[in-house]
Amino acid sequence: MATTFYGIQATATLPRWFSPLALIGSLALTTAMFVVSGFTDESGNLNLLAIAVLGFALYMIMTYLISRGVEGRRKATDRMVTGWVSAAFALAVVPLVSLAWTVFEKGINRLDAEFFTSSMRNVVGEGGGALHAIIGTVELTTIATLISVPLGIMTAIYLVEYGRGRLAKAVTFFVDVMTGIPSIVAGLFAFSLFLILLGPASAINGMAGAVSLAVLMTPVVVRSAEEMLKIVPNELREASYALGVPKWLTVVKVVLPTALAGIATGVIIAIARVIGETAPLLLAAGFTTSMNYNPLSEKMMTLPVFVYTSYAIQGTDAASYVDRAWAGALTLMLIVMLLNLGARIISKLFSPKG
Amino acid sequence: MSKRIELKSLNVYYSKFLAVEDVNMVIEPKAITAFIGPSGCGKSTLIRTLNRMHEVIPGAYVEGSLTMDGEDIYAAEVDPVKVRRQVGMVFQRPNPFPTMSIKENVLSGYKLNNNRMSKSDADELTEKALVGANLWNEVKDRLDRPGSSLSGGQQQRLCIARAIAVEPDVILMDEPTSALDPISTAAIEDLAVELKEKFTVVIVTHNMQQASRISDMTAFFNIAGTGMPGKLIEYDRTEKIFSNPTQKQTEDYVSGRFG
Ligand SMILES: Nc1ncnc2c1ncn2[C@@H]1O[C@H](COP(=O)(O)OP(=O)(O)OP(=O)(O)O)[C@@H](O)[C@H]1O
Ligand SMILES: [Mg+2]
Repeated sequence: MATTFYGIQATATLPRWFSPLALIGSLALTTAMFVVSGFTDESGNLNLLAIAVLGFALYMIMTYLISRGVEGRRKATDRMVTGWVSAAFALAVVPLVSLAWTVFEKGINRLDAEFFTSSMRNVVGEGGGALHAIIGTVELTTIATLISVPLGIMTAIYLVEYGRGRLAKAVTFFVDVMTGIPSIVAGLFAFSLFLILLGPASAINGMAGAVSLAVLMTPVVVRSAEEMLKIVPNELREASYALGVPKWLTVVKVVLPTALAGIATGVIIAIARVIGETAPLLLAAGFTTSMNYNPLSEKMMTLPVFVYTSYAIQGTDAASYVDRAWAGALTLMLIVMLLNLGARIISKLFSPKG
Repeated sequence: MSKRIELKSLNVYYSKFLAVEDVNMVIEPKAITAFIGPSGCGKSTLIRTLNRMHEVIPGAYVEGSLTMDGEDIYAAEVDPVKVRRQVGMVFQRPNPFPTMSIKENVLSGYKLNNNRMSKSDADELTEKALVGANLWNEVKDRLDRPGSSLSGGQQQRLCIARAIAVEPDVILMDEPTSALDPISTAAIEDLAVELKEKFTVVIVTHNMQQASRISDMTAFFNIAGTGMPGKLIEYDRTEKIFSNPTQKQTEDYVSGRFG
């Protein structure tokens, strides 16, 4: 029996170029209106935000009416929603792009060889660099990672694979609490710990900073590793047990490798989170203008603290301090970008193939 | 080697819930024994007690005795891990390890237990197990591809290869073909018939034709109602169960007049 689906055949559709053209058209029209009516500020600039908002409104109204006439109600609503969602997306991305661009534009001035090869020792005014801060950030973050990754992953394994009853509940509760710790509290904790251990003369050092970062990082690692372990299908564990593989080997050789990509990504995101921490480091690792490779003694500079102090304590030649602050911020941003890139590569490499 | 399994007044619990009550039966070596019965009557539960997989579930335990060639596998000094090395299992849904290649999957029983073997031994064993699982010809040119790159039926045969590679005495299959097409199903049925030459095979199935086609012995389980324990109603030679059962329930079930 042949049936004709009128609904599918009958509706006309607007051509593909309709939407972009309509958007450009409405923006152009709004701009023209602003220009013609001389609607500018004192120095003759157009208000771009107002043009964007009005142009978008015009586009939405126009699209809805035209689409409703040509394509019918369902399609018109579809276009409306698409419009709103795209606008929301643009709204979310604009500040991000603008931020990245500002940091890039201002930071590039001082992103030269000297910046990466010298410290701020005996520098007043121009020149100098952030090598001491870069070394500090790399060392501290590495130590924090070395502390919190094994701790975090093992805690997650305990919670997912072994934990039952009160102890597991208590651990989950503490992890939750730790996730909410303000970073300055982590700094205070590390500072007081080292004050008790080493006394006031040498309490502030790289290790104290690393410990404060580890305190912040561990719960993040636990949480993400826990999520990743939970989504490993139980069937794989059972398949392994059924082959006569003991539980611990099943965890080490089946569960962990299956979850590895996710865990690695989680770890890198956790690193990216703490690498920009300023407050706890200001407190626990202090700040200095000199190179210090040894995290076990003396104060240690880090990039976020470098940015902060350069900006907050400007010397005689203020402009060069500000330039260095921006260059430090850009370096930090580049490191985070590299880390994210690394996370992607790792998850590509490790994820189960198939 | 192939072993005789004897169940005596076996009760199987999930915490307080008695899932299967008072099972007495002898599972013969070098034969296929089929478990049939309506959903929820405890077939999976019971088959999982045969390799002590049942107790992996928190709170689950067993009462009564279960011996394999006279050896009590639930005795206090018996390590469940050792039992599972002698009793292989194939699950309802194919579950190859996604991080491993086809070859690594076949050898996983050894690899996961940290047993080292020479490359030639490994190659030989891989071929033997895959030939045994009727999969060799289809995969011999791509042993290094991931196990999950195979079709569902091939994955299931890979899981069988993985189970027979460790040379167990008993093979348990819980609805091994319920997710497969008729052709893969036929391949696995043929395989089960071949496997019984060497192993004790226990298979759970909802497919009555399958049970009557391949099994030597059939056990019919039933439950009186939800929340009630499953019971072994009748256990006999397959021809007897399907042509002339003693119990009315069995007859109703195998003739499709159930419920
Ligand atoms: N993990 C579990 N915890 C508690 N009860 C369970 C668990 N697994 C199964 N049961 C219960 O045990 C009983 C038997 O279940 P089982 O899975 O063995 O049935 P089955 O015969 O295999 O059914 P099907 O044919 O649908 O696979 C059911 O009442 C079920 O609800
Ligand atoms: Mg079942």
